[in-house]
Amino acid sequence: MSDRAIRARGALGSWSAVMLVALVAVAVVGSLTIDGVASPRFWRFVTLEAIPIALIALPMTLIVITGEIDLSVASVLGLTCTVVGQLWVWGVSSLPALIAISLLMGAVLGAVNGLFVTGFGLPSLAVTIGTLALYRGLAYVVLGDRAVANYPVAWTTSAIKPLPGTTIPWVILVVAALAVIFAVVLHATPIGRGLYAMGNNAEAARFAGVNVRQAKFWLFVASGAMSALAGVFWTLRFASARADNGTGLELAVVAAVLLGGVSIFGGRGALLGVLASVCLLGVLRNALQLAYVPENTLTVITGSLLIASVVGPNVVGMLRERLRRRRSNAPTVSPSS
Amino acid sequence: MRAGTTQVRLLALAAMAALALATAACAEDTPAGPGPGGTGAMKSGLKIAFLPKQVNNPYFTTSDNGGKAAVEEFGGKYTETGPSESSPSAQVSYINTLSQQKTDVIVVSANDKDAICGALNEARQAGAKVVTFDSDTNASCRDLFINQATAEGIAKIQIKLISQAIGADGGEIAILSATANATNQNAWIEMMKAELTKPEYAKLKLVDTVYGDDKDEKSFTETQALLAKHPSLKGIISPTTVGVAAAARYLSGSTFKGKVQLTGLGTPNQMRSFVKDGTVKAFALWNPADLGYLAAYAGGALASGMITGKEGDKFKAGKLGEFTVGKDATVLLGDPFTFTASNIEQFNF
Repeated sequence: MSDRAIRARGALGSWSAVMLVALVAVAVVGSLTIDGVASPRFWRFVTLEAIPIALIALPMTLIVITGEIDLSVASVLGLTCTVVGQLWVWGVSSLPALIAISLLMGAVLGAVNGLFVTGFGLPSLAVTIGTLALYRGLAYVVLGDRAVANYPVAWTTSAIKPLPGTTIPWVILVVAALAVIFAVVLHATPIGRGLYAMGNNAEAARFAGVNVRQAKFWLFVASGAMSALAGVFWTLRFASARADNGTGLELAVVAAVLLGGVSIFGGRGALLGVLASVCLLGVLRNALQLAYVPENTLTVITGSLLIASVVGPNVVGMLRERLRRRRSNAPTVSPSS
Repeated sequence: MRAGTTQVRLLALAAMAALALATAACAEDTPAGPGPGGTGAMKSGLKIAFLPKQVNNPYFTTSDNGGKAAVEEFGGKYTETGPSESSPSAQVSYINTLSQQKTDVIVVSANDKDAICGALNEARQAGAKVVTFDSDTNASCRDLFINQATAEGIAKIQIKLISQAIGADGGEIAILSATANATNQNAWIEMMKAELTKPEYAKLKLVDTVYGDDKDEKSFTETQALLAKHPSLKGIISPTTVGVAAAARYLSGSTFKGKVQLTGLGTPNQMRSFVKDGTVKAFALWNPADLGYLAAYAGGALASGMITGKEGDKFKAGKLGEFTVGKDATVLLGDPFTFTASNIEQFNF
């Protein structure tokens, strides 16, 4: 591994740490200063909100690390909601069947993205902006401006049922299991190393024997399937399938991924940082809302954080670099300077 | 004239005296007897939160300011919160927050009548009263719905306004609607047809109904086509804000301006210039400020235990007077509000 890559990893590792520390700090300070943050209900609401974002952020992290992006995720979610709703109306009354159909459909929608990006070599930004509109349009074809909301209570309560003895929804276990799988793939397998390599330099990665096309194709398939899974959760949590479900969610996901320390240019990032940032954004937003911070201020805060996330890791890297040089060039420099 | 003013002053004095007495009664913590507008008195210090479909939207800013005025009148604490984009489930997180803040009353205009149901019911279990306005949720998720207007009320005012604009001679009229399958539009059109059978409107003849699909361009060209097809057309009714603004824009730039009358449901900001240049004499809508004002009073009455939301419950809503809860726990604001050149300047939404 090159000197530069090691430094990048170092800076990155510390960015995940920054996120974790920030998360704990916000949680502690919030609990002490804002009435309600310490309550179990608060954490239930934060978790319910974070689940769909986390589900989609897992594959998004890997995609952005390869230097690509998938902006169609929220539209896949919306389309899944409408298909689940329509199938229910048509009499499909088995939840496992609905989930299976949704995952399959999500995978196909993701494969379409993957095909355009890897098969025709088109930029994923352009392709997925296109399918963002296309899939949302299809959602309106399925349900129009209707809503399907008459699901069995057993289904809708199962989506938000808490773990025994807690207020945290059990679905968090599904998210955790999937997070472990994605983390192992990214951080402990040759495939994962290949993803970083192609993000740094796709050409070089290809020469080194990494199958760039295949890897990217399957990442888009995974992204589609995970977005569909989030769509099923969304439908049941809100007991409402509508064509405009989850509009704009792709930006929340991309924001969490970037704040989590993943470089928008690819090649850098860690899953732990992203998961921490998903939680951080959720806790911060809900805590500030509880503290009566107006919506407009919240938007400004989220925006500023995003800018900080793009600048932050670079500054950390730069400072380390300067420190390292100073140490190696002038070992006798006084600590006060 | 002068005598009238004195009488009004006396009345105002009497009202203030009554109010002072009521306040004194509260301060002494003696239970107030059942007044004419329900039992008990409004509690002070109630936390009343407005949750519009979208913040920074002039319509909701107007309605919420009406609510704010009411809350201040009865000594409550007013807050407004909500999403900056009106996506269906975005309100859920705000409802959860309001519930955690132990808000007494949540006054909400629902983006999605189903998606926020669970959160609203959870808030109600935690002790909040829920009043919907402008856009209702499922009836099982709220205590009261403040209905801005009935289909009948809207139909009546539309026919009345077009009839007044055209004059006693009457003539051919047409309707520019939104989409052909819009439930509310079709209900209004049916009611308008029924209204037209009344003897006082015998000289008005509905000759056509066209659909602009709530799209500006389509509404514009449909107006154009309508006038070409019916040369003796005297008036157009467009009971949709997009349609009436597009039709007004076409008329104001054509030779039909002032000759073919137009009315409909519109917002003052969209219609201001057309009212000023004489294209439109009057149009209707409800007054969002009154809607918010009434919703706040209804919420206050619920949270004070003065009403429960059952049919026949009566409560006082400040300057708007007394209201009665109708069936399905709804309260009707009243007849639609008519905007004309003389009052349009008072509104900004």
